[in-house]
Amino acid sequence: METAKLLKQLTEARGPSGYEAEIREIVREQFGRYADETRVDTLGNVIALKRGDGPEPRPTVMLAGHMDEIGLMVKQIEKGFLHITTVGGFDPRVLLGQQVIVHGRQELPGVIVSVPPHFTDPADREKTVPLDKMFVDVGLPPERVEALVRVGDLITVHSDYLELSGGWAAGKAMDDRTAVAAIAICLEELTRVKHQWDVCAVATVQEEVGHFGAITSAYDLKPTVGIAIDVTFGHQPGLPESETVKMGKGPSIAFGPNIHPQVFDSLVTAAKDMELPHQIEPVPGRTGTDAWDIQVSRSGVPTGLLGIPLRYMHTAVETVVLQDVERTGRLLAGFIARLDDDFFDALTWKPRSRKGSEGEEVA
Amino acid sequence: MWLKELSEAVGVSGHEDEARQVIIKAITDQVDEYRVDSIGNVIALKKGDGSSDLKVMVAAHMDEVGFMISQIEESGLLRFFKVGGLDDRILPAKVVWIGDKKVPGVIGIKPVHLTEQGERKKPVKHDKLVIDIGASSKAEAEKLVQRGDYATFATQFVELDPEGKGWRTVRGKAFDDRAGCAVLIELLATQYPFDLYAVFTVQEELGLRGARVSAFAVAPDFAFTLECTGANEIPTPKDISPSTRLGHGPAITVMDRSFIADRRLVQLLIDTAEELDMPYQIKQPGVGGTDSGAIHRSREGVPSATVSVPGRYIHSPAAILSLDDLDHTVHLMRESLIKLGNW
Amino acid sequence: MKETIKKLVEAFGPSGYEGTVRDLIRQAVEEEGLANGKGDEVRIDALGNLVVLKKGTGGGRKVMLAGHMDEIGVVVTHVDEKGFLRFGRMGGIRPLTLLGGRVRFADGTIGVVGAEKLEDRSKVPGLDKLFIDVGAKDKEACPVRVGDVAGFFRPFEDLGDRLVAKAMDDRIGCAVILQALRELKTVAHDVYFVFTVQEEVGLRGATTSGYGVAPDLALSVDVTTTGDTPEAHTMAVSLGNGPAIKVKDGGMLAHPGVKNWLIETAEANEIPYQLEVLEGGTTDARAIQTSRAGVPAGCVSIPCRYVHTPSEMVDYSDVTNAVKLLVAALSAPIELE
Repeated sequence: METAKLLKQLTEARGPSGYEAEIREIVREQFGRYADETRVDTLGNVIALKRGDGPEPRPTVMLAGHMDEIGLMVKQIEKGFLHITTVGGFDPRVLLGQQVIVHGRQELPGVIVSVPPHFTDPADREKTVPLDKMFVDVGLPPERVEALVRVGDLITVHSDYLELSGGWAAGKAMDDRTAVAAIAICLEELTRVKHQWDVCAVATVQEEVGHFGAITSAYDLKPTVGIAIDVTFGHQPGLPESETVKMGKGPSIAFGPNIHPQVFDSLVTAAKDMELPHQIEPVPGRTGTDAWDIQVSRSGVPTGLLGIPLRYMHTAVETVVLQDVERTGRLLAGFIARLDDDFFDALTWKPRSRKGSEGEEVA
Repeated sequence: MWLKELSEAVGVSGHEDEARQVIIKAITDQVDEYRVDSIGNVIALKKGDGSSDLKVMVAAHMDEVGFMISQIEESGLLRFFKVGGLDDRILPAKVVWIGDKKVPGVIGIKPVHLTEQGERKKPVKHDKLVIDIGASSKAEAEKLVQRGDYATFATQFVELDPEGKGWRTVRGKAFDDRAGCAVLIELLATQYPFDLYAVFTVQEELGLRGARVSAFAVAPDFAFTLECTGANEIPTPKDISPSTRLGHGPAITVMDRSFIADRRLVQLLIDTAEELDMPYQIKQPGVGGTDSGAIHRSREGVPSATVSVPGRYIHSPAAILSLDDLDHTVHLMRESLIKLGNW
Repeated sequence: MKETIKKLVEAFGPSGYEGTVRDLIRQAVEEEGLANGKGDEVRIDALGNLVVLKKGTGGGRKVMLAGHMDEIGVVVTHVDEKGFLRFGRMGGIRPLTLLGGRVRFADGTIGVVGAEKLEDRSKVPGLDKLFIDVGAKDKEACPVRVGDVAGFFRPFEDLGDRLVAKAMDDRIGCAVILQALRELKTVAHDVYFVFTVQEEVGLRGATTSGYGVAPDLALSVDVTTTGDTPEAHTMAVSLGNGPAIKVKDGGMLAHPGVKNWLIETAEANEIPYQLEVLEGGTTDARAIQTSRAGVPAGCVSIPCRYVHTPSEMVDYSDVTNAVKLLVAALSAPIELE
């Protein structure tokens, strides 16, 4: 599997939260190459099942990487210019001058604009332009715009996959299509490696607007263990070391209240056994990922989280190291291959009854 | 009395292990069975006498706010995150215990002699503070602690009124909510008309997480949460409510930010308190949130109520509560639960 | 329908205290025999949601309509020595809309909202600088206690085309759903008309009733703001241009299939409609959408000016067209792409 080619295909596809149809097709086809079956659920998650070879009933490990990307939406049309609102968390400062595609009756190329500096008050030039003073201009006369665009139409950022030197790459939607790629890499690896547990690989929807796909798919699948994969903050100047991870040093394995200690230990053990570069990322509370909601699904799910280091999150030039993506996929496969009865036992406490003292099992 | 051991146990949200051990020790002989679920809740069942079909859940959270070591610097000093809600202004110059071995450390701050006038007026943000364990290099520090270790305030439990002439006050850390846990442990000494699920929850401080999954698992008909809630009695010239007050008995919640209490349960509690001629107070409405917030919206909904022991200075290194209030809370809950069993 | 609307909006019902509103609706359902068919049901669940099921003939979907009965209000936190009341908010109530206004408690006691002296007249005081005066001489004489709740106190006004009242959010939604229940003939679908509680404090009733009903399609009926008043925040919805079909709000994206189904129904039945992108606020649909394994959900919104003030204004034709849209949508087979 050629990582660069896969990542290019995934990141260039369009799929803002709630409207993931285009990326969904691609992901379903990709996962389908290595899984026993695939389906799409009510909210649009892609669920791929790869059965293990252990005796039934088999425990399930759910993998979750989100396929939606942040985007924009038309909220009003005025004299041919489009007023916009965000779908997910865009920093307005990265938007000015950005090339976009408006998904109206046709796909219309456009650009995000505001009053040019030449016509702006000098005092205002010191301030950032707020979102409600930005517009999308598609360069068409107002009547054409009225005929082709409606309130509620989606707008995606137009940014091609860009190869940087040294095996780095930049583009839009690396958050979180790199995880989708890693999951595909993992599934492919698992066609060559034995694994006892069933694997449910889920490309979730609407993570950027509330983890909605993870909430509903976890409820549906009732997994024994859930592993979320999402991008994490790669170190860049100005950011504290304690809140970032290194680029190119492998996936981060998160630790903290959102993470089940046994799942954490097993991920670290797998990484060490495989001599795979990895980093530990302590997170004292919300991880801001699908893991947060998977953990509290129904009666609770032991959860883990892998992070793919990424710079410039939520911009059109999100930057990653391809090797980090590959290592994440391989770590997932290695972790899954090692899931066995001992791990299952370590996860579950035995019920105790009154007559037994601590540690003893009494029938 | 379990409150001392509970208070001194370390149990920061996400790593409640030591607190959980104390609780298991305290309840093992009082319950018919218990288990620990995937997030760490202790779910214990005390079977009823068979006269009621109801299933009642009573929850108290065992986690406390604290810290997590985020970085070990070359100098051997430690950077830290906050776990749960902590005001930065109470951090400087406090003593902490780090990790399961309780390595002692201090949260240092610039000496006052070397600060400018203007500086002294501004609080220092926690990410500018460091914990000093006395290591002079990263390698030395790494022998004792690691990134991800949890830490709490190093506070001993102390009786402030040992002769009991006042409110029988005590001082310690984590009364929110080890006081609630202590009440729940006492309640398990009685058998009720119904099956009682005593749930010692985790990660309340991070968003009622343990309560959410345990409520789903237990699926009770009614639920109560036992808490330790803020008593803000610092004198003020303005005639406004102190939220709750020490020495005035258990505080009953009508509503807070997380839920609106079921009116019948609130009336049950008030009626019982009046019958017992016991002091009680109505907690200032609209403040704070408790496990009831998660429990009441579980599945198809669970009528819920919250009863709290008032505590001054919760979420700080040293809180103060009254054992009289705690005993009254036990008494009120016990009688109310028995009454509920006869509905 | 104006009679129903008037009764509903004037009723007392802040979050958690929806009893009067619930009784009014239940009474209408029972007196008019709206759920007397075979398999029909009327029930009240653990949190107080009113669920009315009209059983379908079969082969259709399980649809849930949700409108919330609660209104925003205040809760008394302290009765001072002189009998003045301090209070906190229940839902999105703001100081600006309270000052000098009147509130009413459950027992009918009326209070005036006053403020402490303002240090800076150009700034809006916070809630902690306000108090309620019920005219009591002192604490003992005060009929109100800590924990009591109150809502805006204003009468309904019929301006002809436009209606003004407090609590249009969301009694107008309840009125629309009740009217749809009146007008809907027997259809294939099982339709659950749910009047929810505690929406304003966190979609709580919708969360539990959504789980309980477990529908395979859900629509909330709630108000949305407009962009048609002077120097308004940019928004494509206006009074009188028809019910709004929600595309997105501050908490969710409507399921595209549900949105398209509503658009197609409106166009096929020549019902005017608008498309809504709301930047702040959300509705019960958000909670139902993530219930269990997920529910395709959307919202039919009633355009409303001055939301969360004592004088919310709707257009009567938007209201009747919303009923038409719901009835038309539910009277046909439902195919979601």
